[in-house]
Amino acid sequence: MKILVCISHVPDTTSKINFSDDKKSFVTQGIQYIINPSDEIALARALELTEKDGGTVTVINVGDNTTEPTIRKALAIGATDAVRVNAVPRDAFFVATQIADYAKKNSFDLILTGRESIDYNGSLVSSMVAELLSLPSVNSVKALTIEGNIATLDREIEGGKEVVSCALPCVVSATEGMAEPRIPNMRGIMSARTKPLSVAEPVAAESMQQIVSYDKPLPRTQVKLIDPANVAALVDALHNEAKVI
Amino acid sequence: MNVLAYIETADGKLKKSALEIISYSAAIASQTGGQVTAIALGDVQADELAKAGRYGAAKVLHANNDKLKQFVSQAYASVVAEAAKTTQADVVILSNSFSGKAMAPRLAIKLQAGIADGAVALPDTAGGFKIKKTAFSGKAFADVELTSKVKIVTLVPNSFKVAENAATGAVEVFNPQISDSDFAVTVKEVVKASDKISLPEAEIVVSGGRGLKGPENWGMVEELAGLLGAATACSKPVSDANWRPHSEHVGQTGLAISPNLYIAIGISGAIQHLAGVSSSKTIVVINKDPEAPFFKAADYGIVGDAFEVVPKLIEEVKKFKAANS
Repeated sequence: MKILVCISHVPDTTSKINFSDDKKSFVTQGIQYIINPSDEIALARALELTEKDGGTVTVINVGDNTTEPTIRKALAIGATDAVRVNAVPRDAFFVATQIADYAKKNSFDLILTGRESIDYNGSLVSSMVAELLSLPSVNSVKALTIEGNIATLDREIEGGKEVVSCALPCVVSATEGMAEPRIPNMRGIMSARTKPLSVAEPVAAESMQQIVSYDKPLPRTQVKLIDPANVAALVDALHNEAKVI
Repeated sequence: MNVLAYIETADGKLKKSALEIISYSAAIASQTGGQVTAIALGDVQADELAKAGRYGAAKVLHANNDKLKQFVSQAYASVVAEAAKTTQADVVILSNSFSGKAMAPRLAIKLQAGIADGAVALPDTAGGFKIKKTAFSGKAFADVELTSKVKIVTLVPNSFKVAENAATGAVEVFNPQISDSDFAVTVKEVVKASDKISLPEAEIVVSGGRGLKGPENWGMVEELAGLLGAATACSKPVSDANWRPHSEHVGQTGLAISPNLYIAIGISGAIQHLAGVSSSKTIVVINKDPEAPFFKAADYGIVGDAFEVVPKLIEEVKKFKAANS
């Protein structure tokens, strides 16, 4: 089985997010980058599937050369090879166009992405890739098994789950529960240095949206502390002051 | 601008998000001069369809056949795209729900539309279409300008107030052209905890962290949630330890929620957790550590042992409910 795993290069979850004075750009100074957490889950499941049934796991990232340490980490975790599409990702449509183009030329049985990226919170790329390739897709999947040519998936829904099935090839976005993310070991880190990482040039994609400015949420006013001996005061405040109960 | 509002239903009834979507669409239509058409798919009760009119839909399209009874994102996106073309919609609005998030990207490709996913406010339509959306998992907002002819917006649940806004609401049957290839995904089973309030849409959320010491102590969290009509949630360490299911994990790598009231019990308030809950309107923190960072991001706080404070709170809520019912 040939699996393509799409990974985003995102600020570490502990990052404090700051913007330039004109609010137009994200300050990257001092930011550590990681593989997007749900993409790491997708990668782990891809490795489990190919370890069981054989096959290859190719990792794809759209980014300039600063994303290579993140791609190398995916190789260290166990991916077979990787490709970087050499462009700063402009928006989800741009990224999806690059991935779909690569996937069309290299035909995969399964394309895995994370549920959403933690930077721009797009959960768009997965279904866009599917639409561009005219493939079925299933989102927010917390369990994925494959028997022969058929994938069985648990999809998250409000207040429960849906069990669905789909013939391969298809596009699946992973969420917590699908697999445990893996930590690279020393052997993986050593071998990642020599695994193939190719660079592809981007194809054209029209831009239909752009971020014009950023803002941070307003800080809350000083917390009102309530005496633990007088919990009634909290209920009163929630009813009369905050008016939320 | 003509607006197409995709409204979600459950068990034949409009979801709360559906009313938000229609109210939001009506506000855009009135701000720009235009009409709202709502579209619902699958089995929906007739009186529920008519209800869409009360919140501002001039027309309500209903598409239903054997195949559309179950949600299949590819097929649903095809139907809504066809409706958008038929009604000459300038904007298509969906909820930023699991289903909306699955359909919207496909619609964007089909309609060659720019998309703002996770919008939290009405667009600024003076000379363009600029809209505020979440970014960096609740740590920030981004203003996005959509420059395409057709625009797609997914609205974060609980971020727009439902408002009645009577319009004609004429219900019409919509017969879409759908190809079999759109039904490659088959729904085998739907598993739902029907007695529980769904977390992404909940107006009140009671959440527990590691301070609760173990899964056996969630009884009081559930009791408090039950009394308040709230959903239950938890922090990442709790779901990682399998004390609670992953679907309850709120935070940067879990669900981002924006309820009216978020009650955090025994959660210290790590930056990743705050990211997922900071857009809650009112936050209450109960923690025995006065230095817990969550107190800096809270509206009300009680410094005290959860095992003493929460039972007292349950009693007080019972008294409150008895006095106000």
